[in-house]
Amino acid sequence: MTDIAAAVSPSAETTALPSRLAQGFISRLVIIIPYLWLLFFFLVPFIIVFKISLSQTAISMPPYTPVLDFADGISGFLAGFRELNFDNYTWLTQDALYFNAYVTSVIIAGISTVLTLIVGYPIAYGMARAPASVRPTLLMLVILPFWTSFLIRVYAWIGILKPEGLLNQVLLATGIISQPLIILNTYTAIFIGIVYSYLPFMVLPLYSSLEKMDYSLIEAAKDLGCPPTSAFWKITFPLSLPGVIAGCLLVFIPAVGEFVIPDLLGGSQTLMIGKTLWNEFFANRDWPVSSAVAVILLLLLIVPIMFFQRAQARAQEQDK
Amino acid sequence: MNATWSRFNITSIVLGFAFLYLPIVLLIVFSFNESKLVTVWGGFSTKWYVSLFHNQGLMDATWVTARVGVISATVATVLGTLAAITLTRYTRFKGRVLFSGMVFAPLVMPEVITGLSLLLLFVAVGLDRGFFTVTLAHITFTMCFVAVVVQSRLVSFDRSLEEAAMDLGAPPVKTFFQITLPVIMPAIISGWMLAFTLSLDDLVIASFTSGPGATTLPMKIYSQVRLGVTPEINAACTILIAVVAIGVIIASIANKRREVQRQRDEQAAQRG
Repeated sequence: MTDIAAAVSPSAETTALPSRLAQGFISRLVIIIPYLWLLFFFLVPFIIVFKISLSQTAISMPPYTPVLDFADGISGFLAGFRELNFDNYTWLTQDALYFNAYVTSVIIAGISTVLTLIVGYPIAYGMARAPASVRPTLLMLVILPFWTSFLIRVYAWIGILKPEGLLNQVLLATGIISQPLIILNTYTAIFIGIVYSYLPFMVLPLYSSLEKMDYSLIEAAKDLGCPPTSAFWKITFPLSLPGVIAGCLLVFIPAVGEFVIPDLLGGSQTLMIGKTLWNEFFANRDWPVSSAVAVILLLLLIVPIMFFQRAQARAQEQDK
Repeated sequence: MNATWSRFNITSIVLGFAFLYLPIVLLIVFSFNESKLVTVWGGFSTKWYVSLFHNQGLMDATWVTARVGVISATVATVLGTLAAITLTRYTRFKGRVLFSGMVFAPLVMPEVITGLSLLLLFVAVGLDRGFFTVTLAHITFTMCFVAVVVQSRLVSFDRSLEEAAMDLGAPPVKTFFQITLPVIMPAIISGWMLAFTLSLDDLVIASFTSGPGATTLPMKIYSQVRLGVTPEINAACTILIAVVAIGVIIASIANKRREVQRQRDEQAAQRG
């Protein structure tokens, strides 16, 4: 449709030269303003993080020694290269705490992502098969909790999971358990928190790919004698794969660096890298080490982030 | 009722929504609890709302949060819309891959990384931490969400409308303001609301980039939660939820009414 319009339209050729120049100027402005903003506030900060991760803590403000400074001119800058030290990184590899925190974070985020997929898939599927008139309402109901504060929703779970909390009260009253379950301040609480908080991020991409699916394929499979379970695994699931991938990345990547959930629900016993970075920065005031922690976390996530970006770009191409 | 909407589908939706909403409902219920214990019901009371309004620290934090939210959401909406236009309309320019990377990466970037990196930038350029730096940080991470929302509307936009306007002699800028902007307006409004709530909600990035005198509401709530759970927090949360819910409901009703009106106009045009 748009291709035809573009082919038929002679506007590009017939527009007068001055206005075309003006148009070029404006379109350049449209690109340049957000581009510069993101360069300065998103990309440049990463370079600074890397730079500071090579410095040492110092008792001053800001609390680190200068590194690769232009204050001594170009020669001083180049001399700085020879003096670069990766002490913070060696330290991170030597201290088992950091290594464990990275590994634990990736494992917890991975398990939580699978759990979120298992919980989210039936919801998305049910929504996609709902009568078309109900779908917008269901969609809004999934999005609505997302509009309420994330911190508040995590906080609400403290009251539910506490030893004397509501879950234990209900289970004790019904006689299912005789001793209160210890859930708060364990990894189980972190799983519940992540699944709960990130559920809409999983359901929405799943729903949009399931809704586009042609269900006559399932009917056909059924007519040809295919049992429903194998029809699901052979047709529905593969067709919803773009949604599965997008949803899993939307949950996994932020969950690896999650701070609020392990801090409020995981207590002091649990170890995750987002919390380690936070403590290194706010409690120990060690800016160089927290920068090094951030650099390694970013290296860990760069591949999934690039996957995510490519999946987004492809989805955009398909929508056109 | 659609025959394919089986009992299994209905059950999974009901259970899923119960899981999503139960904690929020419980939180609201216990904000009206007489007892100081957050989990034991001691009778109906609104005393926590009264004490909330006498908590000066919390009130100040609310005011800071509201200002940061409005300013950052507005700037983020302008920048995000420009970014969305760039992504959908200019498919070939130098550094396009880098640009789309910088728009999509912040959506999934762990907040601790964004917060720390922005703080180090502000220190490096010598900006004092406070209201201004929190606002800049919020603009940066929310503009990407606005860009995605607006972009999805622009992709499905029928460009022949623009072509027609330009064929009839309308300059591109006028075409944008008279044709494109009204059509993508609903997406811009929901982008603004998304940016506003994300800003309202953010604890981690604000903690890194804020300074003395610019404590936001989530920072205040977080520090109180660490000291112990009180019904006063439940009351504060309930008010926040109510404000957001009312906003979303009004917006969706307005949206629906506009949609109905548009359909009626189209039918009238076809009949005429």
